[in-house]
Amino acid sequence: MNLALAAIPGLPMLSATLLILFGRQIPRSLGAVLGAGSVGLSAVLVAGQLLAYLDTPTVVTATLWTWMSVADFSAAIAFHIDGLTVVMMSVITGVGFLIHVYSVEFMWEDESFSRYFAYMNLFVGSMLLLVMADNLLLLFLGWEGVGMCSYLLVGFWYKNPANGAAARKAFVVTRVGDALMALGLFVLFTDLGTLDIQPLLLAANLNWEVGGTVPVLATALLLGGAVGKSAQLPLHTWLPDAMAGPTPVSALIHAATMVTAGVYLVARLHGLFLLAPATLTAVAWVGLATLLLAASAALVQQDIKRILAYSTISQIGYMFLALGVGAFSFGIFHLMTHAFFKALLFLGAGAVSHCLHHELNIFRMGGLRTRLPVVFLSFLIGSAALAALPFTAGFYSKDGILLSAFTAPGIGPWLWAGGLLGALLTSIYSFRLLFVAFFGEAQTEPDRKPGLPMAIPLLILCALSLLGGLISQPLDGVLPDAGHPQVPHLIEWISIGVPLLGVAYAYYAYIVRRPSSSPAEAGGDSPVEGFLFAGWRVDALYNLLLVTPYRTLARWCQGEPIDHFYNGVVSLNRLCHRGLAALQTGELRWYATTFVIGLIAVVAIVLRSAP
Amino acid sequence: MDGLLIPLEHVLLVAGILFACGLGGLMLRRNLLFMLMSLEVMLNSAALAFIAAGARWQEADGQVMFLLVLTVAAAEVAVGLGLVLQIQRRYRTLDMDAVTRLQE
Repeated sequence: MNLALAAIPGLPMLSATLLILFGRQIPRSLGAVLGAGSVGLSAVLVAGQLLAYLDTPTVVTATLWTWMSVADFSAAIAFHIDGLTVVMMSVITGVGFLIHVYSVEFMWEDESFSRYFAYMNLFVGSMLLLVMADNLLLLFLGWEGVGMCSYLLVGFWYKNPANGAAARKAFVVTRVGDALMALGLFVLFTDLGTLDIQPLLLAANLNWEVGGTVPVLATALLLGGAVGKSAQLPLHTWLPDAMAGPTPVSALIHAATMVTAGVYLVARLHGLFLLAPATLTAVAWVGLATLLLAASAALVQQDIKRILAYSTISQIGYMFLALGVGAFSFGIFHLMTHAFFKALLFLGAGAVSHCLHHELNIFRMGGLRTRLPVVFLSFLIGSAALAALPFTAGFYSKDGILLSAFTAPGIGPWLWAGGLLGALLTSIYSFRLLFVAFFGEAQTEPDRKPGLPMAIPLLILCALSLLGGLISQPLDGVLPDAGHPQVPHLIEWISIGVPLLGVAYAYYAYIVRRPSSSPAEAGGDSPVEGFLFAGWRVDALYNLLLVTPYRTLARWCQGEPIDHFYNGVVSLNRLCHRGLAALQTGELRWYATTFVIGLIAVVAIVLRSAP
Repeated sequence: MDGLLIPLEHVLLVAGILFACGLGGLMLRRNLLFMLMSLEVMLNSAALAFIAAGARWQEADGQVMFLLVLTVAAAEVAVGLGLVLQIQRRYRTLDMDAVTRLQE
């Protein structure tokens, strides 16, 4: 049992090690088998766990060995498998396996084929470690591991300096969040004396009073970590730039799994967050602000991957909103359905650029509906699920979130209205993408069609995006669940109808009154569009407030200002030395004369001081 | 005042004048030989002062010190003349303003 559990993150990590060590000797076909096969095997093992858990929902805890033991602190390499973990593991290995298979074709012609699969496998292993960890230290290890893999894969095509810059930006911005999270762990350990998750939750329930200073401080620091990893305000700026990596990487890391780690963290530690209502409210507001900002920015983007990146930020905002109003299971449900349809959309975008000479601007596509039918089907279903049209997977999760937000005490209707506005924007931008890229006149002719390794994962994800809403997650007893929220029927109808309104508007704006010319490259004809295109100019703000002062400081330090002081000491010494050396003429009579003068002076002093 | 026909102040005055002469010679003369001789004058002026003081207080210390000064003077002359010979050989001059290698 322990061995099977250990093999789940172990197999991808083993494969990553092999690929790193022998990458140059391994032929492509074997590399593909190793890379995709190890994740596939892990997925089979996870399926076994899932079936066992569905049969008898028992929590499995397995300690493999003690990692470290210092004084009264000890951390083990230990796994804790409950309903939440099983759901996360299934999403990671299932969607991960499909993306690996897809990558075989997508990356086949790349010269660093085995390096790509090594990083991807390492990522899957770290992500599994993150969700399976029994203690927060092991979770943090996985947390940092996925961050490192994200850095490596965003900068995968490192020969272009812009990609390296994007990778560094992703690393540094998430580092801010990670530092906060580490501080949060310190607070938890000093206050409760353990980092094992289950004892920690128990101890918190016993020792903490609701709304006390320590709970709010600890959860706020943890929220900082979650915000950094999940690209929420104010640390969201790295995600749009992270699209510099290969598209399947964006699908796996920056849409389906890693960026949802923050959601998982809050859900896993919901016991702590429930003791700090102030932080939980902050989670909801952060989610709402992020989803509105990102959705409005997605409205005017032209790069297909940037649209999807802003959309991801926005959808994770919905998950945070769900967590913030206490609808944890809806948050995790949206995490799962979002993993399906966003992976589908990203893989579809990858297929488009793969077949279209690496074209990414949707205004230079057009008419792909008949030319790439499989991809069109993917985008149709993916966009419908993203916009939460009825009976798609996204509908069940997002509707649940909106209605739960409405029932939140006090601020509920405001959160609901904001979320609804976000849903309207979501349906507009997702169908704008669909209508502009797949309808109308063809701007660029595709030079090939996606092969089977690309088409099959797309079709499976299509099915999941359509039917994923029917999956019932085994989260009973893990997360508190109030059941389906009770709201007036009018509210329900409005929540269902608004996305349809958005689709209708997009149809009117981009099919009926199809713009004759594509908008300016720099994003938009009006200042408002420019403002939205630049993501509300948050990047410019950070550049002004943080990057420029830091650069100035660095440049100032480059001149070694502290050395000036020590150089001054040196110069003074040299000056004194020169003055004293000048006295030493080597002339005997001069020496004798100075003796005499000195003698006279000494005698004079002695005589004066004599009584 | 028995045993001393000349007043002590006078002897000390002579010794002081002799010392000043020696000092002046040391500072003003450039020839090494003359500088050594000036040194001798200064030593002897000190010795004279010792003798006068010893006679004044009827103590043997003054004469002991005189013997010591004589010894020092002899040693100094021995070393000094050796130096004079070496300097004469190396620089072909005894002008001390020309011999400034001590500077290095």
